[in-house]
Amino acid sequence: MTTDVRPFVGGASEAACPTEAVLCAHCGLVVPAGLIESEQEHQFCCHGCRTVYHVLHQNGLTAYYDYRRADGTSVGPALASGRSYAHFDEAKFHELYVRHEPDGTLNVRFLLEGVHCAACVWLVEKLPRLVPGVLESRLDLGKNLVALRWDPEQVALSAIAEAIDRLGYPPHPPQADQRAELDKKEDRKLLIRIAVAGACAGNVMLMAAALYGGLFQGMAAEYEALFRWGSFLLTLPAVLWAAALFYKGAFYALRARAPHMDLPITIGILTGFGWGAYNTLRGTGEIYFDSVTALIFLLLVGRWVQRRHQRRASRAAELLYAMAPASARLIEGATSEDGSLLAFGAASQHYRVREVPLEALELGALVEVRAGDRVPVDGLVVDGASEVDRAWLTGESRPELVEAGAVVHAGTVNVSSRLIVRAERTGHATRMGQLMERVEEAQSRRAPIVLLADRWSGFFVIAVLVLASLTLLSWWSHGPTQAIEHAVALLIVTCPCALGMATPLAVGAALGRAAQSGLLIKGGDVLERLQKPGRVVFDKTGTLTLGKLVLEDVRGDERYLPWVLAMERQSAHVIARALVSGLEERLSPEQLAEAKRLDGVRARERLGAGLFAEIDGHDVRIGNVQGARCLAEWASQGAEELARHGRTPVLVTVDGEVELLLGLGDPLRPDARETLQRLTDLGYDLAVLSGDHPATVEALVRQTGAPFVLALGGVTPEQKLEYVEQWVKERPVVMVGDGVNDAAALSAASVGVAVHGGAEASLQAADVFATRPGLTPVWRLIDGSRKSLGVVRRNLVFSLVYNLVGATLALAGVLNPLIAALLMPLSSLTVVTSSFRSRSFKT
Amino acid sequence: MSVLYLLIPLAILFGALFVVAFIWATRKGQFDDLETPPVRILFDDDK
Repeated sequence: MTTDVRPFVGGASEAACPTEAVLCAHCGLVVPAGLIESEQEHQFCCHGCRTVYHVLHQNGLTAYYDYRRADGTSVGPALASGRSYAHFDEAKFHELYVRHEPDGTLNVRFLLEGVHCAACVWLVEKLPRLVPGVLESRLDLGKNLVALRWDPEQVALSAIAEAIDRLGYPPHPPQADQRAELDKKEDRKLLIRIAVAGACAGNVMLMAAALYGGLFQGMAAEYEALFRWGSFLLTLPAVLWAAALFYKGAFYALRARAPHMDLPITIGILTGFGWGAYNTLRGTGEIYFDSVTALIFLLLVGRWVQRRHQRRASRAAELLYAMAPASARLIEGATSEDGSLLAFGAASQHYRVREVPLEALELGALVEVRAGDRVPVDGLVVDGASEVDRAWLTGESRPELVEAGAVVHAGTVNVSSRLIVRAERTGHATRMGQLMERVEEAQSRRAPIVLLADRWSGFFVIAVLVLASLTLLSWWSHGPTQAIEHAVALLIVTCPCALGMATPLAVGAALGRAAQSGLLIKGGDVLERLQKPGRVVFDKTGTLTLGKLVLEDVRGDERYLPWVLAMERQSAHVIARALVSGLEERLSPEQLAEAKRLDGVRARERLGAGLFAEIDGHDVRIGNVQGARCLAEWASQGAEELARHGRTPVLVTVDGEVELLLGLGDPLRPDARETLQRLTDLGYDLAVLSGDHPATVEALVRQTGAPFVLALGGVTPEQKLEYVEQWVKERPVVMVGDGVNDAAALSAASVGVAVHGGAEASLQAADVFATRPGLTPVWRLIDGSRKSLGVVRRNLVFSLVYNLVGATLALAGVLNPLIAALLMPLSSLTVVTSSFRSRSFKT
Repeated sequence: MSVLYLLIPLAILFGALFVVAFIWATRKGQFDDLETPPVRILFDDDK
């Protein structure tokens, strides 16, 4: 991966046909041919990159590029959105997110999109230099969180937010501040527990070394007592405070009558400590304080590692969720005195548009939805005509025409032109809000699984207790003290230190590696839920397919293609954009030149009918089949065939004759076939549940060539949920989806996987989400999970073998504390090495 | 060897001071972010 920036130098060279790919001066990606400006010194792949580049150069911040090159990570184009942040100045926003300092300055925290490396940290923290009035800016890279302190006298928060946006890091107010605060407290407490346990363990170990020395060389009774009492006192904080969370876990496990790892741990710690304390008072017999404290310390470290890795996924989900628009463009003053609507012409001065938080929208409010915006409410279109992409809500791959009087739903995307919508339902009352409630219901209904290690620990407790009583019985004839001594020795040596660390470490390491390979997994149980093959259920639009229209088929007279390109370039329609990018790739340089010649042609657009133009004296129409009269035989047959394959036919007529037939479709993802094959090989069966038309679904399934056991179209989100809940009773179900309509099913499945680019709702509902496009992550997840659980099993076997050796020695009565003290760290070491050396989720 | 009665408590007191310092630092939020500081150290101040 190269981040080498090679600015394109124009001028004397052949600017129009560069022999080498032109790279963006900011991000280093290839600049699309259409965006090259030959007279400019620097070329940019997008507007965002251009903005950032200029901001950096004007402010002498070009060192950014050095840091980024040194870091070596790949970057995408800058995300500068150019949005307005005016609503950040509203009193409501300040009340929610801004904190006041005693000296009159203000504090706020934002989640930033697009921060990923050292250079980003440097740049964001240079904000005080860019925006006078910003006093401090600290970025937390792991949480994507920036903490800002500023002087409200000098600068408004909206101006700061705009400056951050221009740097390519659109800011969003954090959503779950309270939970983050709680997490932070718990993290700190766990760290302090580790510190206390570690300090106790270290010091007890030093004293133990002296005592072991005395074991071989002899030691004055006076000093032996000193060391024994010393280690007893030092063990107290570790056992009484640091280890308390294990006792709590064991208590809950007992009360719920469910096996849990904390139970054998608690038994081990408490018997070891109890017997050690008794022997200290007695002044004779073994004390096990060194083993007990080391055990507590290592187990706490294991917990901490797993916690850290799990947190990463939930944080990433939080950022994605915060990115969902939380504001709407409210129109004020658009109704006259008597309540009737005034005109909404572009030049109309009657109304103002104000960006407001979504919560501030009331029923009946008028909102403006610009092209490309997400519709914020369920409502009626009162002005404008456009197309709405409902893929996330319904799974339909084709955008639908809406005009005044039509109903639009929150969560759909307005594609082509501005709409004015009257809010009829907001927030939780919208269709999307109701679907999200289903998600929570489904999540609460999902049966928890007993983790492998916990299941083992159940047997383990019984086995250890049986062995201990056997020891007690068989040594009883030698006197009760000796019998108890041997039984306690057995309980301590079999205390499942390695067993307790085996899972957290292996799972933590696996989650870390999964994150590096593009999979964010929210919990360790996901790995275990994927052990047995079951059914993989796919959504269609945006999951199996790319989720966008692509030119797939051209029939007829290709001489007219440049005409099509020239006309379509003037439209912002979805189909037009698909045709333009498809044709730009397909046409020869001569044809492209021909299209350029026709740049002056004016095309008229009639919504729902198509594009009309006059080219070289011919009447040209590009449009759908419904709008065409008397089709030629080949064209009507072709259109029918295209429709059968799930494609949208587009007709080009010249002077009333059909000359070209273009087929647009939502193509299969390039890695879909291979992934489906691999899943079948692993023993999974495949199913599709789609909201799209059954014919389209069927055509796509045929195209994959994979043995789907079931492929249903026209399925509502509620039905998806029902199907999944029904199947999950019999076998593990992996649901793969991207939309709001999949969210409930994702949360009901054994494991829900949200693919890259999905709706925020699906990311929230899913257990796993991919940060790389395509379906390969699904296979990688299943494969990696199996390998990781293999590591867990291997660890468990290791620790059991150690325990078996220890137990045998204890039963035979030859175990002394030194052997116990050696066996325990040795087993832990094996487990740690085995966890971090494993190759699951290899990139 | 009776100096041990002085030295061991002294050593433990010393160790306890470090634990207290660590607890103080944790409460101050020094260990909340473990990813950015190792990156921040790379920057020259006057660039």
